[in-house]
Amino acid sequence: MRITQGCFSFLPDLNDGDIRTQVQYCIDQGWAVNIEFTDDPHPRNTYWEMWGMPMFDIKDAAAVMLEFDACRKAYGGRCYIRISGFDSTHGWEAVRISFIASRPENEPGFRMIRQQTSGRSVRYTIEPYAADRPEGDRYRA
Amino acid sequence: MPSTETETDPAAAELAESIDLRRELADTRVGEVLDRLDAELIGLTPVKLRIRQIAALLLVDRVRRRVGLTSGTPTLHMSFTGNPGTGKTTVAQRMAEILHALGYLRKGHLVSVTRDDLVGQYIGHTAPKTKEVLKKAMGGVLFIDEAYYLYRPENERDYGQEAVEILLQVMENQRDDLVVILAGYTDRMDRFFRSNPGFRSRIAHHIDFPDYSDQELMAITETMMQTQNYHFSPGGAAAFRDYIAARRQQPHFANARSIRNALDRMRLRHANRHFAGGAAVSLADLSTIEAEDVLASRVFTGASRPETAR
Repeated sequence: MRITQGCFSFLPDLNDGDIRTQVQYCIDQGWAVNIEFTDDPHPRNTYWEMWGMPMFDIKDAAAVMLEFDACRKAYGGRCYIRISGFDSTHGWEAVRISFIASRPENEPGFRMIRQQTSGRSVRYTIEPYAADRPEGDRYRA
Repeated sequence: MPSTETETDPAAAELAESIDLRRELADTRVGEVLDRLDAELIGLTPVKLRIRQIAALLLVDRVRRRVGLTSGTPTLHMSFTGNPGTGKTTVAQRMAEILHALGYLRKGHLVSVTRDDLVGQYIGHTAPKTKEVLKKAMGGVLFIDEAYYLYRPENERDYGQEAVEILLQVMENQRDDLVVILAGYTDRMDRFFRSNPGFRSRIAHHIDFPDYSDQELMAITETMMQTQNYHFSPGGAAAFRDYIAARRQQPHFANARSIRNALDRMRLRHANRHFAGGAAVSLADLSTIEAEDVLASRVFTGASRPETAR
């Protein structure tokens, strides 16, 4: 199951050229660019690990691509990697763009759990199959 | 594929014949930048010639690429060697503009660093620091002033070597992302290159900045004064000509930088003269440097304290 999160999620995966263009857009807007990765694909997991520092004093996307390539070398294929742009202008102070830039080769998807509670009511929850295995070991082939 | 080749070849040849390099020059802003370089920078003939050659190569390369004649991206890392005050930093700034105008650099900004910005204080500090600087310079020019301090042969545990290695790697692998310019005094740069052969071979252009002649320094002075709205009286100009000749003989002569400092001190004396005089001053008085402002310099009087007369 292909996980969709953030911007461009209904497009085919972005290639390096597309990513570079988006990153350059972020830089031109004056946003700090961050690279984050995780192996917990749950949509409510907001705490992704950061790869290095936020990059806010660069002029060209080549610098981000350099770090992105390094991150992909370390975690590519067994983690999701996303790139986000943080706008620090007063009044915004929020992430303005966030998209998945790299994903594991196979994504097992989610199990749905129905929990029977009092009466006849049912509570629903989802759980990634990948989370069955311990952290760091989830998408290893 | 013979049929397609015969079809495209004459077309390409015809296109190539009709390319007007002059018009190409006008399309990019290069001509403008080169002309400004000629007009604003006095002297430096060999430097200007080399920059024109580089610009011409890049321009021709651009055209060639459009017609489909491929050639690898040229290596544009440079080293600027020359005595202090010969305009290395200024030319580096212009170089960034030219390369940007030619589309070789995407941003065309100049990041100017010295050893302190690249080399860390403790183990493991250097690599992130150097990478940070390189990232900042991506898409532009990284100007390393006094590059020979990066390498300190007397200390084998010096972290400079680590910075050198990272620099070399990026200079090789990301040639189209940034241009590195190393600058420094001629003799020390020579020693630096001798002990780091990797650097010498990765740098395509070694540009030597000659010292300025007395006439050129005088012309530089006049341009500087013009921008600050001052001018010499005839006597003042003659005195300053003598000043240049005398200053050159003294130690720590730093070409245009010495001239700029001399100019600043002349302004001090000029201001003080009018202040002490107490009489009403005219507009002409306020902007004219007289011979006495020049002649009061220590360069003429006390050669015994040369270290203060920079």
